[in-house]
Amino acid sequence: MDRLDEEFIDIALRAKPPALPFNNYRHIILIPAMGDDIYKGYRGAALSTLKNFAVRVWSDVAVKTNNGEFIGIILPRSETADDRHLVLKMPNGYNIGLDVDTIENIIERGFREAHYKIPEKEFPFDPGKPNVTLLGTGGTIASRLDYRTGAVIPAFSPGELYGAVPELADICNLKTHKLYGVFSENITPEHWLGAANAIKTEIEAGADGIVIGHGTDTMHYTAAALSFMVRTTPTPIIMVGSQRSSDRPSSDAALNLINATYSAAHCDIAEVMVCMFGPTSDEYALLHRGTRVRKMHSSYRSTFRTIGETPLARVASGKIDYINNDYRRRDMSRSVELDTVFDERVSIVYYYPNMKPDIIDSLTDNGYKGIIIAGTGLGHVNKPLYPALKRACSSGIHIFMTVETLWGYVQMFVYDTGRDIMELGVVPGANLTPETAYVKLGWVLGHTHERAKVNEMMLTSYAGEITEREPIDGYLIMQGGLPEMEIFLKNVHV
Amino acid sequence: MKNSPALQSFDPQAVGFRSGLEVHQQLLTDHKLFCRCPAGVYSDDYDAQALRHMRPTLSELGEYDGTALMEFKTKKDILYRLNKRSVCTYEMDDNPPFLINEQAVEIAMEIALLLNCSIVGELHVARKQYLDGSIPAGFQRTAIVGLNGWLPYKGRRIGVVQLAVEEDACREIRDRGHLRIYATDRLSMPLIEVVTAPDMRTPQEVAEVGWLIAETLRATGKIRRGLGSVRQDVNVSVAGGTRVEIKGVPRIPLFPSLTYFEAYRQHRLLALRDRMHRRGLDKETEAYKRFELGSELEHPLLEQARRDHQRIAAVVLRGMSGLLRWPIGPNRVFADDIAGRVRVIACLDHFPNLLHTDDRRPSALSTCDRQALKALTGMTADDCVVIVWGQPKDVETGLNEVEIRVREALVGIPNETRQRLPGGETDFERILPGPDRMYPDTDSPPLALPAARVKAIRDRLPEPPWTRQARYTEFGLPAHWMRSLLREPVRADAFDYALKVGIKPKLAGWITVELLKYRRRIQRGAAELNPTHLQALLDYIVDNKIPRAGIRLFIEAGARRGSTEWRRLADECNLNCADRNTIEAAVEDAYVNRHLIRTLQPEARRRCLTGIVIDKLNCLADGRMVADIVEGRLNAN
Repeated sequence: MDRLDEEFIDIALRAKPPALPFNNYRHIILIPAMGDDIYKGYRGAALSTLKNFAVRVWSDVAVKTNNGEFIGIILPRSETADDRHLVLKMPNGYNIGLDVDTIENIIERGFREAHYKIPEKEFPFDPGKPNVTLLGTGGTIASRLDYRTGAVIPAFSPGELYGAVPELADICNLKTHKLYGVFSENITPEHWLGAANAIKTEIEAGADGIVIGHGTDTMHYTAAALSFMVRTTPTPIIMVGSQRSSDRPSSDAALNLINATYSAAHCDIAEVMVCMFGPTSDEYALLHRGTRVRKMHSSYRSTFRTIGETPLARVASGKIDYINNDYRRRDMSRSVELDTVFDERVSIVYYYPNMKPDIIDSLTDNGYKGIIIAGTGLGHVNKPLYPALKRACSSGIHIFMTVETLWGYVQMFVYDTGRDIMELGVVPGANLTPETAYVKLGWVLGHTHERAKVNEMMLTSYAGEITEREPIDGYLIMQGGLPEMEIFLKNVHV
Repeated sequence: MKNSPALQSFDPQAVGFRSGLEVHQQLLTDHKLFCRCPAGVYSDDYDAQALRHMRPTLSELGEYDGTALMEFKTKKDILYRLNKRSVCTYEMDDNPPFLINEQAVEIAMEIALLLNCSIVGELHVARKQYLDGSIPAGFQRTAIVGLNGWLPYKGRRIGVVQLAVEEDACREIRDRGHLRIYATDRLSMPLIEVVTAPDMRTPQEVAEVGWLIAETLRATGKIRRGLGSVRQDVNVSVAGGTRVEIKGVPRIPLFPSLTYFEAYRQHRLLALRDRMHRRGLDKETEAYKRFELGSELEHPLLEQARRDHQRIAAVVLRGMSGLLRWPIGPNRVFADDIAGRVRVIACLDHFPNLLHTDDRRPSALSTCDRQALKALTGMTADDCVVIVWGQPKDVETGLNEVEIRVREALVGIPNETRQRLPGGETDFERILPGPDRMYPDTDSPPLALPAARVKAIRDRLPEPPWTRQARYTEFGLPAHWMRSLLREPVRADAFDYALKVGIKPKLAGWITVELLKYRRRIQRGAAELNPTHLQALLDYIVDNKIPRAGIRLFIEAGARRGSTEWRRLADECNLNCADRNTIEAAVEDAYVNRHLIRTLQPEARRRCLTGIVIDKLNCLADGRMVADIVEGRLNAN
């Protein structure tokens, strides 16, 4: 390696620095970095190359390769990527990867660490506006990018939110409180308990509504958990997230947040709800009851749907249309009552043909106290499971049946199979969704393990989780390709 | 050209004209770039519509981009028309991308190598923000494939800064007021963007280099052809100015006039700046006064605005008297540039969208109106007043933009993208976006492009147009044949094949250029013959020694019948070449029956007889053989 290639050094130093992406020096802090962190994400051959040429991540470099010369800033590399390439951010904003085997020389021309910041402005206060508290648990409601992992990292003080979504100041006085910074798959019952406590604290401190930012993947579990744990609330408690991260112009994050905040401030429904896009178009959000809502698509904006019921309301540009009249009204004289218990020894078993009894046995042997089965059709499992189920029930495990069809009630009297399974001690769980049933069983077992009491509580509707009737518009999975649907699609924004 | 001081004698080179190109060319792939939708399925029909708004967001370095803010100010409803045959949930931004289309990457690498670029070691997909809504995600996925290339041109090198592979945007259907409608069929079609350095020094060179790039891309045979498959952005600057980008120019012959007028506009704007400075106008301190207008003025447009209950407001541009009619092109004055900006950003898109006191045309403000304005605003003879009307918020935005544009004139030439107008001039389109709008696409993993893969592609590169041109020069082909061969590689390959099978260059050129063009004229819309058909045709011509005139008949018959089975065509259309016996019979017949021939001089007799025979044989006889037989017959007497 020829580090004294004078002509190259001369060219390297004369070339214009990549000024444009870095023209705002507010965001560039020149710190001599220390330790291994200066090689963020690089390993193996790529790391050796950096060390050989005494350069690091955020070095502004000129690289000479056998394939031409390149100017740019060395970016951190994802730890999961290979060790054969350096990532360079070029003056025009593009990133490229350079094969380390082609590199002949690297000259450091400077060092510019980039700090991603959302412009922060003080959130205005207006005594005439309702007070809303936004509790953060993580997820993508307001976020920024992390180079190292390529992940989207939440960021959300009131000032940052005001910088990003100034419309919020027209709706309310906003206070934010970051409870956790976890991706939603990492949410645990501990987090539910903490959120319930925070809700009580905030409402007692004068909040007229609560918004909870949450990753969408498990939002319906948390919504169900809070529905049971916050027994009464004077105000709306609105969960919100986004399906497209807020770093992108088409993100649903801002509109979801605006609609959620508006609902928290002005909506008449004092329950735990999920507020997310109704259609994929930027038109309106739906308020779904926390115990009947479910994420139904891995990526669509309109992923949340109320199962077996209609949503409670529709929210758009500062207006709430109530769809369903059956809800608990806002009443500021009501106090917050919590019931924050949870027994973690509960599991969901998703039935499939030819399931072996060892699945059930292992739960029994591992000390589980409750099992939710998502059974086929009206609530069935195969015969080979019967002895295992019987053994589980007689060892004190509470087993409830739900349906993997998601829509519809468990009905175990229709076929002999169903009656046989009930005979083993499995209890039909009405039209609880499997996820809500799971959360509810954990909550119930936090109160009692006495079988009759558990059964009674499970089949009592505390938060609208079981409905007495299924309305005829409670199940509408429409099918594309039919002439009537073509007309619908053409005339209504999807 | 009433408005054009010295336009006739304007020399772009004298003011430091520089121009570069960004060529966007669709690639010939089976599928789109990031999903499995079929490529090239176009239709104006739609099955559903989705509505979106675009919000500016931060780049990874934490700043809002200028264009982003401009688009946000316009506050448009954006409606996407979705046809389920051509788009899936990916294009609607309701599904993450699939892995990048390897076929497209392969073609892009081939073109990059042809353009002498270095191929990147690893391809990183970036998101390039577009807030005009032309992409539902709000960003275009794009990745650099090659860098630092060049093209040989007039003994020098035109730099190729970079080549990126990226997804195409929507087609705009309509943009009026606060609603913009897009068709999504073209969305996410794979294309490459070739960016040249600003190495072109005259408007004519811009077009010539444009052709050179087109010829190079076409040489691969792996790009899409036809309407909308290629669009070019032309960058122009003059000394002391800034780069201005003219977007989406569809045809290369438009380049010279566009760049010429743009250079003139920039030259005039720099002169305007100097004039403003001489008048003592200064950017920092200027606070323009605004006035709300009631029923003071009687101009018919304002009366209409009052009837429509619109807001009417005016801004006094101190010291600007006369400068709004400062010519910036053959048919445009400075006020037109201001109006263009107001149209786009304030959505006031019915022209005229503003009135000003510098306008002396009959359609402008009357003397009465001008007096009234003077009384109302206290404007002096040094000042100029601009009036804007419309929805209250739009008027506010409009007045802001008038002020911003006038302040920009103090600095010189605003950094912007412009759209082409009929006639070769341009109007404001957008503020030129900066690199702040680029950030990594975290949904797509990097893709290594190993040296072995690069080598494999390099080993089978097609011949670039410049070496082909050098090879053909010795043949002395007419210039328009040369152009045609370079622009249509299928023809050039056929030309090479013709040489290989022994056809002389001039005849080969005539067949592959003139006759193939003639074929297309006969059979309108007929596709080019594919290389196999062409080779079979050339083989047939050689094997059967078909004479020049016969070839023409043959191709004509083939085109009319849409047939490429040459042997059968010859039988069916009676186009088989005459053999010796047939020729002898024809000669005998002519000699016996045309008594007058015998009265001619020997040389004339020979020529006349030959002519009659060839004509009789439908031009399908070997001329030399006919001449021999005629000679023999005459000598036999």
